[in-house]
Amino acid sequence: MAIVHIPSLMQNMTDGQQTVEVEGSNVRQVVNNLDELYPGIKERLVANNKIKPNISVAVDGVVSSMGMLEKVQEASEVFFLPAIGGGAF
Amino acid sequence: MAIKDYQPNMVLAQTKYNVVGTRPVRHDGADKVTGRAQYGADFQTASLQFGAILRSPHAHAKIKSIDTSKADAYPGVMATVTAKDFPDTDASDDQHVKLGELSTSLGYLRDNILASTKVLYKGHAVAGVAAINAHIAQEAVELIKVEYEVLSSATTPVDAMNDAASILHDHLKTEELGEKTDKISNVAEHFQHVLGDIDKGFSEADVIAEREFTTQTVHQGYIEPQNFSAFWNKDGKVTIWCSTQGPFEVRDASAEALSLNIADIKLVPMEIGGGFGGKFEPYGAPVAAMLSKKTGKAVKIVMSRAEDLQGTGPTPGSYMKVKMGATKDGKIVAANAYLAFEAGAFPGSPVGAAAMCVFAAYDIPNVTVDGFDVVNNKPKMGAYRAPGATQASFASETIVDELAEKTGIDPIEFRLMNAAKEGSRRADGPVHPKIGCVEVLEAMRDHDHYNAPLEGPHKGRGVAVGYWINGGGPSACTIRVNPDGSLTLSEGSADIGGTRTSVSMQAAEVLGVPVELFNPQVVDTDSVGYTSGTGGSGVTHKTGWAAYEAAHHVKKQLIERASKIWDISADDIEMENGSLRSISDQSLAMSLPEIAEQLLDTGGPVVGSSNIDPPAIGSAYAGCIVDVDVDPDTGKTTIERFTMVQDAGKAIHPSYVEGQMQGGSVQGIGWALNEEYYMNESGEMMNTSFLDYRIPVILDLPMIDTVIVEVPSPTHPYGVRGVGEVNLVPPPAAIANGIYRAQGVRMDKLPMNPAAVMEAVWNK
Repeated sequence: MAIVHIPSLMQNMTDGQQTVEVEGSNVRQVVNNLDELYPGIKERLVANNKIKPNISVAVDGVVSSMGMLEKVQEASEVFFLPAIGGGAF
Repeated sequence: MAIKDYQPNMVLAQTKYNVVGTRPVRHDGADKVTGRAQYGADFQTASLQFGAILRSPHAHAKIKSIDTSKADAYPGVMATVTAKDFPDTDASDDQHVKLGELSTSLGYLRDNILASTKVLYKGHAVAGVAAINAHIAQEAVELIKVEYEVLSSATTPVDAMNDAASILHDHLKTEELGEKTDKISNVAEHFQHVLGDIDKGFSEADVIAEREFTTQTVHQGYIEPQNFSAFWNKDGKVTIWCSTQGPFEVRDASAEALSLNIADIKLVPMEIGGGFGGKFEPYGAPVAAMLSKKTGKAVKIVMSRAEDLQGTGPTPGSYMKVKMGATKDGKIVAANAYLAFEAGAFPGSPVGAAAMCVFAAYDIPNVTVDGFDVVNNKPKMGAYRAPGATQASFASETIVDELAEKTGIDPIEFRLMNAAKEGSRRADGPVHPKIGCVEVLEAMRDHDHYNAPLEGPHKGRGVAVGYWINGGGPSACTIRVNPDGSLTLSEGSADIGGTRTSVSMQAAEVLGVPVELFNPQVVDTDSVGYTSGTGGSGVTHKTGWAAYEAAHHVKKQLIERASKIWDISADDIEMENGSLRSISDQSLAMSLPEIAEQLLDTGGPVVGSSNIDPPAIGSAYAGCIVDVDVDPDTGKTTIERFTMVQDAGKAIHPSYVEGQMQGGSVQGIGWALNEEYYMNESGEMMNTSFLDYRIPVILDLPMIDTVIVEVPSPTHPYGVRGVGEVNLVPPPAAIANGIYRAQGVRMDKLPMNPAAVMEAVWNK
């Protein structure tokens, strides 16, 4: 399962959990499954089926330009970060 | 890869290639040195009109009315425009528009092109005029009457965060990673990174250093002011000619601002006289287009230096508070940063990048970083070489230097003991891939400069190291094989650092031919696939990679064509050193010119193409050693010796890498010692010329010595990392650390001009 690192400002939505293990072969599935566990997270991260413009997603250390379509491997690390300069890099 | 025998401008190379790593003459050199290169201000066409912009005299005011009637009636005036001529502007429209390394919302984009209901900074564009010559346009601008209701202004991030500060945007609520709070505020965004347990970390520390820092707004200082020409044809198609780092970004942003289809706009990038991150916004391009629509003729707008300083996007001033702790044997165990960056009139400062970079040179187990993006009454901030990282490193590298002193460990050894390496986790979470921080520090430690004696009073030697993420993004390239065997390469990356050549060299390496066979062209947006802008130190990485792929495409087609000509299997053919030959039959061989002349008779032209979005970027480190002499009577700091060490991954063209390193160093010296937006109480910049906005000139500088370290990026075909930005990260901190050793004062403000140094000395 992928390991999602929950940003500190969102840990109130995950009962204080800093990391959550979630199934999913891409970011979209990871976010959907995360939202099943902790309802409301998807709304926080996603608008119009895309990662919000001022948020970026990094998988295994690389900030993705693919967003929700980025592939996630078994045991991948997934981060949701403030986008650089408030937008895509 | 240690330095054994010192020599100027060293390259510590790990891998040798035939073309990559050599120093050919740049393809655009003759045009540049003979003055034939066409810059934006050179643009001419039949019946060209000249535009001028009316700008706000106030830092913050409501627009009550705009009356253009006198300007419209002025002889020679062809048209005027205001925000009302543009599609409806809704400042709260949060549809995002990419602008290179930064982005903004559509509402903010339109309101920054021409203000609609409020002006938010001195110099904010309010109206445009087109006339038969530039003088009449300028005279007519002054005839436009604007009635303002002046509001109080805030021109520092701290002032703007004050609860009593005048609010810039009535709808703006602080956002915390996707969630809007209820508070209307000038703080557009707050975020936080947490790693480990910060309280536990500080409890383990034997020594702690903590300081507050402020830095001032600084401009990129490119020599060529921004310029925009446009022609709106009767069929609704618009052509824009301008000096830009982001032809596709400016095209797309102009389409958004004008509510046109992207296909209806063609952007022709002119040669660019410096950008450094500051030329991604459309600024006057949509204004020129709208004026052209009204006049039916092409319109050219060329900004003055004062307009450029006040009306384009500099890099932000900041307020920072950094605290770090280490054990007595030199292990950094905790680090905390509070970073408040001004975004200028609209949200979107580079504080996110600052937070990624502030401690990224070190492996620290316990970290917290809080970032704040703050709007205030200054121009909308833009990108500037490693945006955000220079400010952040000024703070963190000063504190690191203090910890080294407190633990009694040599400053470079202290950094080496804590240096980030492959597997180290950054404060924002991701783990570093293969990086060259240790190798950069080792090269600094072993350099002749660091080991040379420093003689005389009032002198100090400072060091610092810095990190920059570097950028990627999509890119496209085509290579055409001409009938004589020469090659034409088309790319969409504006060339601001010799990238026509560094891109072509990567293709030449694939084909085994001299790069002089290539004619590389930066073409308009209708003539090549989408290419993200020349930013993030990304062109040699991404467009070089696209050229590499396009060259492989050419090679594959040439082998197939030889297979047809020789009537043998393609598997039996190889291409080496620019020639094709049969593996099994040594008598079958053709040079590139020999097969090129047969292409049109054997199936048509060969065109190699590629469109890529590199899966990863090559982050980079740089460090510098600087010797300063600080006059105890005047506080003037003289740079006596300066060495920049940088991991290039692979230096495709070492001369261009050295040029980038020297240029970044010089800009860092200017940022450290002189440059600032000097604001009066009314929010007006007082130093709007290069006489008063003091960028370094050659008399201020020693030779900038360079050492290129090559730790190849594992994800790029040749190991390229970006080289254009990270060299601007460490200089201010290194100079501050040098001043400390010369005068015994820790500098916590930029610029460290004579007055600031004397004030620090007097307060010692």
